[in-house]
Amino acid sequence: MGDHHHGPAKGLGRWLFTTNHKDIGTMYLWFSFSMFILGGFFAMIIRAELFQPGLQLVEPAFFNQMTTLHGLIMVFGAIMPSFVGLANWLIPMMIGAPDMALPRMNNWSFWILPPTFLLLASTLFMEGGAPAAGWTFYAPLSTTYAGPSVTFFIFSIHVLGLSSIMGSINIIATVMNMRAPGMTYMKMPLFVWTWLITAFLLVAVMPVLAGAVTMMLMDVHFGTSFFSAAGGGDPVLFQHVFWFFGHPEVYIIILPAFGVVSQIIPAFSRKQLFGYDSMVYATASIAFLSFIVWAHHMFTVGMPVAGELFFMYATMLIAVPTGVKVFNWVTTMWRGSLSFETPMLFCIGFLILFTIGGFTGLMLAIAPVDFQYHDTYFVVAHFHYVMVAGAVFSMSAAIYFWLPKWCGRMYNETMGKTHFWISFIGFNIAFFPQHFVGLAGMPRRIPDYALQFADFNMMSSIGAFIYGLSQILFLYNVIATIVAGKPVSDPKVWDGAEGLEWTIPTPAPYHTFETPPAVK
Amino acid sequence: MTSQTTTAYEKYYVPEKSRLAICATIGLILSIFGAASIMNDMTFGDPAQETSSWTIFTLGMLFFLATLFSWFRTTIKENIAGMNSAQLKKSYVLGMFWFIFSEVMFFFAFFGALFYVRVLVGPWLAGEGEGGRMNGLLWEGFNFSWPLVETPQEAVGGAGAQLIANNGSFTGAETSMSFADAHAWYLWLPLWNTIILLTSSFTCHLAHMGILNGNRNKFNLWLGITVLLGMTFLCVQFYEYYEAYEHFGLTLNAGIYGSTFFMLTGFHGFHVFMGMTMLLIQLLRSVVGGQFTATDHFGFEASSWYWHFVDVVWVFLFLFVYIL
Repeated sequence: MGDHHHGPAKGLGRWLFTTNHKDIGTMYLWFSFSMFILGGFFAMIIRAELFQPGLQLVEPAFFNQMTTLHGLIMVFGAIMPSFVGLANWLIPMMIGAPDMALPRMNNWSFWILPPTFLLLASTLFMEGGAPAAGWTFYAPLSTTYAGPSVTFFIFSIHVLGLSSIMGSINIIATVMNMRAPGMTYMKMPLFVWTWLITAFLLVAVMPVLAGAVTMMLMDVHFGTSFFSAAGGGDPVLFQHVFWFFGHPEVYIIILPAFGVVSQIIPAFSRKQLFGYDSMVYATASIAFLSFIVWAHHMFTVGMPVAGELFFMYATMLIAVPTGVKVFNWVTTMWRGSLSFETPMLFCIGFLILFTIGGFTGLMLAIAPVDFQYHDTYFVVAHFHYVMVAGAVFSMSAAIYFWLPKWCGRMYNETMGKTHFWISFIGFNIAFFPQHFVGLAGMPRRIPDYALQFADFNMMSSIGAFIYGLSQILFLYNVIATIVAGKPVSDPKVWDGAEGLEWTIPTPAPYHTFETPPAVK
Repeated sequence: MTSQTTTAYEKYYVPEKSRLAICATIGLILSIFGAASIMNDMTFGDPAQETSSWTIFTLGMLFFLATLFSWFRTTIKENIAGMNSAQLKKSYVLGMFWFIFSEVMFFFAFFGALFYVRVLVGPWLAGEGEGGRMNGLLWEGFNFSWPLVETPQEAVGGAGAQLIANNGSFTGAETSMSFADAHAWYLWLPLWNTIILLTSSFTCHLAHMGILNGNRNKFNLWLGITVLLGMTFLCVQFYEYYEAYEHFGLTLNAGIYGSTFFMLTGFHGFHVFMGMTMLLIQLLRSVVGGQFTATDHFGFEASSWYWHFVDVVWVFLFLFVYIL
């Protein structure tokens, strides 16, 4: 056991063998940022090809590999691990625990990620190229017509699932078992609540994804007929199993973002979060509903009308708890003494743009209308408003908000605000026009398009390049802060911030709360 | 808002540094790389590489298993050394519970596939309901029955019928695994396997009662019987598979019935194997190492939960795969 009060070990061993939740959180965050850059680079290739109609830069087959890998890497490599990193850093500090409940498994959950993504990315150089069936890898594109890379892809998904399940079990055990005395469930910070529910969703649906890719594996290599109508199966079965995972997955990505925003908006409004209890219940309702809406991704596959209607109404129901959340955030700001530091700007950006993404989601939920929108750029615009302006904006906000706590140095506010405004403007130039081309019928995942879409696509590409470049500024700001930012030592870095993590010294010591605090 | 707690707090043991995670990662990644290469060699053809793929897989798996062994050994030693507080033990309980929950969801995916195929897809392919229009266009003459003996491809007799889905040797309902088709109930292996597995759950519980009363002999005896019953189950299942392949023509290639049958029973069988191995290790820990006391026997308890979980899955399998 030894002496717990010394600092981290020296050298590479510190990171390879660590059991410390802060080290592991840091590794998750850096890994996810590097995946964000890689996935972003693929996006730039996509946008460069779509800059003009016709084929300029890449072959259609390679374009398909780019859209596929961009989606897979952003979802599984960038967004999900970034929030797990945040959970690792913050949950023990927020609930007054000495570390995560199962520290060695925590390290394992992280370290299986980098080699797996290396394996996945290396399929680009394999014969036949990387998987090209889209990030949703529908059968039979991903089975009958797939190359050898699909096998590596399937096993990669298995390992990613293993990582997520272990990480989630750790979070559930930590939250249920390690709260400081007096920290009742209904006193937990909302970030902890949203992660508890997210972790439950992950444990529930990652095994279903594992089942889906296992069926693919068997179809490809062992002659089963799960996704082949010729043998009595059904390709649509794949879509059902995939989206039973896939829709909760959407909330797995966005619920921790809700948690982040629910921490930051009160801090810069200098008010308590409005409607804490209703926030918790709304989060739980969203999680429950996420299990019964999956087929709204499949309105056009030829479901019976009863199915279309059920999934349409169930999907619309989600607007109710989501609306509760949006109104609570707005009401928290109402008559608050607001200030607009970078984290707050990103949260307000989140609030506005996520709401737009939510509304387009409602439009897509209307089954008869979705027949028109399905697989067009309208869908692309919709989910980028939720994934980028939702999850990634809140992640940026979180980094600016907690980075001073973590490293004891303040970021450059001017640079932060510049990052926000360039991101905000670049993002909207990139994705707002996609609503229009989508409504006019431009299909997604196609490297070429009709001439009528040329202007909007050029705008979209320029916006995407602006947004991409602004992330370099973000990276520079973060590194500059860690290396040479202005030191801060006040435990409460932000005067309006509340919670246990703001009661410990700044920068946060290597070990915190070895003896739990008493929460009143 | 905060102050130091005044009540006594048993320190939560946080291990300082550990090589286990990195070793387990190396083993796991080598294993999946090897396994994927083996399958690609098999399907896309490069027999020259097969030896090296198998070598990578085997080495990776051995290293992975050795790491797991060492990992469990470390945690057991820590527990014996008294480093685990009551709070840490609760973390293990929660970990095992949610792990089993994730396993339930894994089976849920395969049961979902089975229900979807039996209730919706089959009738649609045969021309019923809103999904039935394809029947006239693609699969004319296909009739749906369960077990599915004649696949849509066979029904239309397309050129690929020999290749896709059912090699033609799975011919009659009387050779399926369903109860309705068995010649006599006592010849029906799944019934015997059900009896064996349910009994083993009961003997596992008796073993638990034994250790709770501090009666090591009773614990060892009933746990040993449980492991033997588990092995018997696997042998019977192996024989059942042999019969299916050799005499019934029921294979993985025999269309969707074979697909769902082998995937559901196969994954269950694999879980029985894992559960049996876990219980066997607990038995060895007790017999050879003299471990476990009436109040401290979580290794056994967790394994027994797993065993009961496997048992419950079998009940559903028996109902939905064999009987209905």
